[in-house]
Amino acid sequence: MNILRKKSAAHLPFSETAIELFIRLCGISSILFVFGIFFFVFREGAGFLFGGLDLGQFLTSVEWQPTSLNNKRYGAFALIVGTFSVTLLAMCIAVPFGLGAAIFVSEFCSPKLRETFKIIIELLAAIPSVVWGFIGLTLMNQLIISVFNAPIGLTMLNGSIMLALMSVPIIVSIAEDALKAVPDSYREAAEALGATRWQVVYRVLLPAAKNGLLAAVLLGAARSIGETMAVLMATGHSVNIPSGPLSWIRTLTATIAAELGEVARGDEHYQVLFIIGILLFTITFVVNLIADLVIKGIRQES
Amino acid sequence: MRTNGRIGFTTSCLLILLVCCFVMNGCSPKDDTSVAKTEDTQFTIKNKGSDTMVNLAQAWAEKYTDISTTASVEVSGGGSGTGVAALINGTVDIANCSRQIKPKELELATQNTGKVPQEFIVGYDALAVYVHQDTPIDRITIIQLAEIYGENGTISKWSELGISHSDCPSDKIIRISRQSNSGTYFYFREALLGKSRDFRIGSLDLHGSKDVVEVVGRTPCAIGYSGMGYATSHVKMLEVAADSNSPYYPPNLENVLAKTYPIARPLYMYSLGEPAGEIKIYLDWILSAAGQEIVKKLGFVPLENTGLMQN
Repeated sequence: MNILRKKSAAHLPFSETAIELFIRLCGISSILFVFGIFFFVFREGAGFLFGGLDLGQFLTSVEWQPTSLNNKRYGAFALIVGTFSVTLLAMCIAVPFGLGAAIFVSEFCSPKLRETFKIIIELLAAIPSVVWGFIGLTLMNQLIISVFNAPIGLTMLNGSIMLALMSVPIIVSIAEDALKAVPDSYREAAEALGATRWQVVYRVLLPAAKNGLLAAVLLGAARSIGETMAVLMATGHSVNIPSGPLSWIRTLTATIAAELGEVARGDEHYQVLFIIGILLFTITFVVNLIADLVIKGIRQES
Repeated sequence: MRTNGRIGFTTSCLLILLVCCFVMNGCSPKDDTSVAKTEDTQFTIKNKGSDTMVNLAQAWAEKYTDISTTASVEVSGGGSGTGVAALINGTVDIANCSRQIKPKELELATQNTGKVPQEFIVGYDALAVYVHQDTPIDRITIIQLAEIYGENGTISKWSELGISHSDCPSDKIIRISRQSNSGTYFYFREALLGKSRDFRIGSLDLHGSKDVVEVVGRTPCAIGYSGMGYATSHVKMLEVAADSNSPYYPPNLENVLAKTYPIARPLYMYSLGEPAGEIKIYLDWILSAAGQEIVKKLGFVPLENTGLMQN
């Protein structure tokens, strides 16, 4: 392998150098994009963030009145609560299903079924979020009204179910890989000691793969926090502190999506929406960072 | 290492797809121009804005593109603010607006493009107050609406309006509103609450005129507002009075033109500078009897001087 590489490096044709350069550029560009986006979002919001915005009010008040004529109030507390509550409920639904499916695919099903299963789960990931939103707005809305006898089906529960369906594929693929990464010798040793299949999973595999599983859950959660279109359509989009799964809510992302299109550039309202963007960026960055550190943890262990 | 295997595969698939998209995109403009050339050099009028007016603008555009040999019209929605923003950037020829342009927007547009936006009133729209068809209520006053929608309002239950609503066990009025930047939202707020009071938070802020009517039609507890052209068989339009001593009027053509229906507003189109050429011909056609016929057909109220009101 090494000899081969050296040989080709010695007289490299021009086309290959060009391709290598192109690929290198692709790699660097992703870093540039991330920093570029962060810089842009920060620049648009910074003026108001450091001059004028009452940060205490922004983080603790529920009064979101950005278009008031004489008393503009930018309280994002209800939006923050909305984002976290819908994500939490979504994870309560998605984690048992996602991990359960991952355990089934990796430990219990036949190889042939496994391939079909994985293709179908990846298909689930390919459904655009606006389609999920549409399902939430029409089908799930009616379903929640008739099942829970709720006055309206556009609720936190509706949004959570949509988010859960969207994050399950992510959780399944990463969790399944984490389970597969547990060496077979663990399974063999447990079975040799007389453990049943369930005991192997519960007592050996889950503890051994716990970092990978945690990373799967966190990445699923990051997906939920950042999701926009589905929650905009399914949650009722109402500035409201939820009192239960059947309350309607509004998320940070949906607020940006609904309002940014019609706001005058450079306006206070415009800048506040970018400050919400900074907040979201920070939240997802922290979640992803934790997930990355956790994955790194597994790599070092294995 | 294995942890990322699956994702790596998916990502690479996506990357290939993305590259394909770029390649396709790169090709398509060539195709477009060749088609356009064979079809004669047509002028395309770009028209964007108000969500309330998007169906109307679309109907005008379709009809006009059919009858005109020299121009075609491209319409997109997004909201009054979006239309004006596009006008400011000079990317559209005509902006649709369900509210009047703000002084700041006018100034920005003049600064940016060097042309002063010209205003045309192209029709009228009555904002109907919608409830579910089974709601046992037929009329409402502006004062009651202000107490339902306004900040620190005193009405939040159907029983407080003097009705017992058997299809709504919680008795709570579910307020359906619009996203806080829509022209409809601005107009309704001002008509109800004046300039000094805001809407109460906690309403469901939907993203389109049609959505409001659709959700109200499915929700017995709900009340909502939207253009009267959006009515369906699942909803009921309430008769509205200024206060309890004034007469109630249903939203219809006659009452809007007679200015007796209290929540009606003009619909605007803005061009960049004094319209000329194809844009002028199009606007003239919209203001003519043929254009105003379409206004009436779509449930809006046509202009007075076109003679459409006699029939």
